[in-house]
Amino acid sequence: MDTPSQLLQLLFTGLTLGSIYALIGLALVTTFNITGILNLAQGEFVTIGALLAISLYATGLPLAAAFIIAVLLVAALGGVLERCAIQTARQASALTLIIITLGLSIFLRGLALLVWGTETYSLPAFSEGGPLFIGGAAITPQSFWIFGLTALTLAGLYAFFELTYWGKAVKAAVLNRTAARLMGINPNRLSLLAFLASGALGAAAGIFIAPVTMTTYDMGFMLGVKGFVAAVIGGLNNIGGAVLGGILLGILESFSAGLISSGLKDAFAIIILIGVLLVRPQGIIGSLKERKI
Amino acid sequence: MLLSIKSLNVYHGYVQALRNLDLDVKKGELLAILGANGAGKSTLLETLAGLHRPAQGEVMLEGKPITGKSPDYIVKHGISLVPERREIFNSLSVLDNLLLGAFHRYRSNKGTLSDDVAEIIDIFPALKGREREPAGTLSGGLQQMLAIGRGLMARPKILLLDEPSVGLAPMVVKEIMSTLAQLKNSGVTIILVEQNTGAALKVADRGFVMERGHITLGGTSQDILSDSKVQQAYLGRKRMQTAAAL
Repeated sequence: MDTPSQLLQLLFTGLTLGSIYALIGLALVTTFNITGILNLAQGEFVTIGALLAISLYATGLPLAAAFIIAVLLVAALGGVLERCAIQTARQASALTLIIITLGLSIFLRGLALLVWGTETYSLPAFSEGGPLFIGGAAITPQSFWIFGLTALTLAGLYAFFELTYWGKAVKAAVLNRTAARLMGINPNRLSLLAFLASGALGAAAGIFIAPVTMTTYDMGFMLGVKGFVAAVIGGLNNIGGAVLGGILLGILESFSAGLISSGLKDAFAIIILIGVLLVRPQGIIGSLKERKI
Repeated sequence: MLLSIKSLNVYHGYVQALRNLDLDVKKGELLAILGANGAGKSTLLETLAGLHRPAQGEVMLEGKPITGKSPDYIVKHGISLVPERREIFNSLSVLDNLLLGAFHRYRSNKGTLSDDVAEIIDIFPALKGREREPAGTLSGGLQQMLAIGRGLMARPKILLLDEPSVGLAPMVVKEIMSTLAQLKNSGVTIILVEQNTGAALKVADRGFVMERGHITLGGTSQDILSDSKVQQAYLGRKRMQTAAAL
């Protein structure tokens, strides 16, 4: 049954999946580099963003308005959680802070369960029309929306870090925290900024995938894990690496599900994670880049 | 008095790094703080810059207390630290390093920052033409000049320097010291921490010797230079090495 068009179909599915993982990986890497914290609640930002947009859309708001409001609300949620849970424990070790984000993740999942229950929700596709056929394989228009969001996010982050003064200040704080503090750069403010941005990015990702996935209160955990695997493949301190890692993971997952067994999909992500950590803990492109000193 | 420090006590965990330290700094002075490793010199500068919170004591800048304030508050109010080991942003360009030095006044001075950078390049002409290079590729001496330039970009009233001569060739040390003397003449108040006692006292107005967290000797550079204990402990006169070579 392995016709070329089926393989192509698996590739397209993998690219779509991979773009989603890349987006979550981007949010994780950005937060990790700025704050030194791995935000385990990142997946929940995705869930809550999607569920909020679905509820807002159900009230009769246009999809674009529902999108913007949900993104802003989740960004604000990220900010509030940072101020209440992370900032108050700022003196604690990175491990403690990561465990706090695990707590936040459980808290947010519980909150989502209370508000939205265990039902499955969905959004209509952003644009009408049937799928596009290339070489006998289909790509839905929603996939292009997801590719677009990933490309835009990557370009936006790149422009921010390379072209703006604020971006360079953030980079400086990542390179040398003490020196950055001496310049008057306040790391606490950057930490807030990171959580605002990762809330917004997570929510946007969740809303973009809502038309092609089944949105439930607990979908965030696995997405967070996949995003983490994407970030680790890329080397955790590399924005481009996270995107590459995400897409690689998506394609591998799609092929393993299509060619071996769909039951192994999640197992593959974990196997890849263990493999990368054992063989190349610095990530696939980690050693080519200058290391953090 | 521009800066006045009264009975300052600072701890690193259970270890007391500064003990009842008093120091007054007049406007336009160049002070040298000398002493062995672990005497508390760096801790003093880092505390002034806001990196450590003192347990007791008071620091007043132009009569206003700045004790225990955060580094961003302190740099905004006129104290800039050029840290030990330079701590430049290696993978950022020389230009970006300098521009980030002006972070606290970026919003209000955006338009004039390029003039300020040009002024810094005038002070350190060796940096000319290398503005676009990653700062980490510069030699040690140039990195030190960049670090001082970055500190000056904050437009400080007081510039704190933590061992700018470490690891540099004597010629470069000489150049940096003479630049500090020029900066002093242009009105910047400087507190210089040095292990290179001879070079520091050559440009300083006053010198202070620190031992185990407090100042044990202070006076004009001449007084300090001629003090027999300083000659033995820090200038190595006994071993017939003269500091004059510096």
